[in-house]
Amino acid sequence: MTPLIAVLRRELAAYFETPLAYVFLVVFAVAAPSFAWQVGRLFQTGRADLAPLFDYMPWLLLVLMPALAMRAWAEERDSGTLEMLLASPIPLWAAAGGKFLAAWCVAALAIALTLPMWIAMNYLGDPDNAAIATAYIGTLLLAGGYLALGQALSAVTGNQVVAFVLAVGACFLITIAGLPFVLEALSARLPGAFAEALAELSALARFDSLRRGVLSVEDLVYFFSLIGLGLSLAITLVDTHRGGGR
Amino acid sequence: MIVADTLVKRFGRHLAVDRVSFTVKRGEVLGFLGPNGAGKSTTMRMLAGCLEPDSGAARLAGYDSSLDRRAAQSHLGYLPEGAPAYPAMTPRGFVRFHLRARGFSGNALREAERRALDLASVGEAAEKPISALSKGYKRRAALAAAIAHDPPILILDEPTDGLDPNQKDGVRALIREMARDKAIIISTHLLDEVEAICTRAMVIADGRLLADETPQGLAALGGAGDIGAAFRTLTRQAHESIQARDTSSPPTGAAQ
Repeated sequence: MTPLIAVLRRELAAYFETPLAYVFLVVFAVAAPSFAWQVGRLFQTGRADLAPLFDYMPWLLLVLMPALAMRAWAEERDSGTLEMLLASPIPLWAAAGGKFLAAWCVAALAIALTLPMWIAMNYLGDPDNAAIATAYIGTLLLAGGYLALGQALSAVTGNQVVAFVLAVGACFLITIAGLPFVLEALSARLPGAFAEALAELSALARFDSLRRGVLSVEDLVYFFSLIGLGLSLAITLVDTHRGGGR
Repeated sequence: MIVADTLVKRFGRHLAVDRVSFTVKRGEVLGFLGPNGAGKSTTMRMLAGCLEPDSGAARLAGYDSSLDRRAAQSHLGYLPEGAPAYPAMTPRGFVRFHLRARGFSGNALREAERRALDLASVGEAAEKPISALSKGYKRRAALAAAIAHDPPILILDEPTDGLDPNQKDGVRALIREMARDKAIIISTHLLDEVEAICTRAMVIADGRLLADETPQGLAALGGAGDIGAAFRTLTRQAHESIQARDTSSPPTGAAQ
């Protein structure tokens, strides 16, 4: 665990020693309530709940999480520090895990900036706090899934912009897989079982279930599998830099 | 301590390292000489475990750099080409990160950190962001990180590149001092550096090992009796023999 903690501390320091974390936090703190107020009409619904906030959360996360994850490996490749990392006795799982946890901490801090809205709802009415709590858990898990995918795609290239665009594309695909118009299109072109299987991969459907207050083992397994898959892919891609010939 | 056993590495069709073998014992400083693209850095990367050989083996302190990588790397201090470092960190933070990743903590960490920064003469620059430092100080920060855990093996890719003459002298003195109980490989383009600090010198060109001698033995290979003349003669001959081989062999498809 020592190398993982060392990488986690370094990555956290890297976020906060540069303007990156602060810019990210400010953008999130402004964008999330703005969506809820302006697009979700938070105060016009007449209900004391945070549905307008969580309605738009996946779309906000699918842009902002890749921005947080894009530097993970692309920056190491670009600056040459990847060679130094590969020559140190830090296992790749610890490097990938440390990077992921650091980014997830920044994301959690950003999500926590919306907590005053939850407090305000309790002041204004009597919201379903259990449902809001599971929605926050869902938001955190969805952010983790996007971050893991972002880290995997950051390992593909030394260019952070390319890594960002690829990650937004990948996050968009796993998000829209569960939307009705996509399901209809898939059902029309693919065998039923295959279309259903693709729909099961949708992060949006899993998030919606958590948003409604349903915390199921299936959904937890889905999000942790997504995180595991993303990090495994990142580790495999970084390991190919060693150019194994056997 | 360091063993390169018939190392081969190809990048596509380019044979970067061609059956390179050598050993370095404790107390030796091996100078790796060769023109740009000769295969020096590739060989060092394979030894350091950040690049896997296509065939052959690299071993550090008895551990295979590919098969028992972490054990091998725990005995190694490595300065990559260009001395890369995290720009937002301070040299102190950079050294601390390396030590923490190797399990150092508490007093042992603070003592190792202080010693490494002192040995690499980082001075007051230890508290400034690496991005704000001159090339020489950046290299010293990376060198401090490489030596911080007091490894028995050091592989340093151009450790004095970009340093001013005083700084060069300082790093050379440090390498001479550390050589007493370590096995060290340095790559360099500076032929006077070989005479100043190396106990052995190897010349590599087009991926092949051309000479493995003491600095005096290498100098004797050149007609003029100095290392520069020997280097030019050896690398020119190697290049000409490869050109001759390439032009005499039929092009691909000619036999069909």
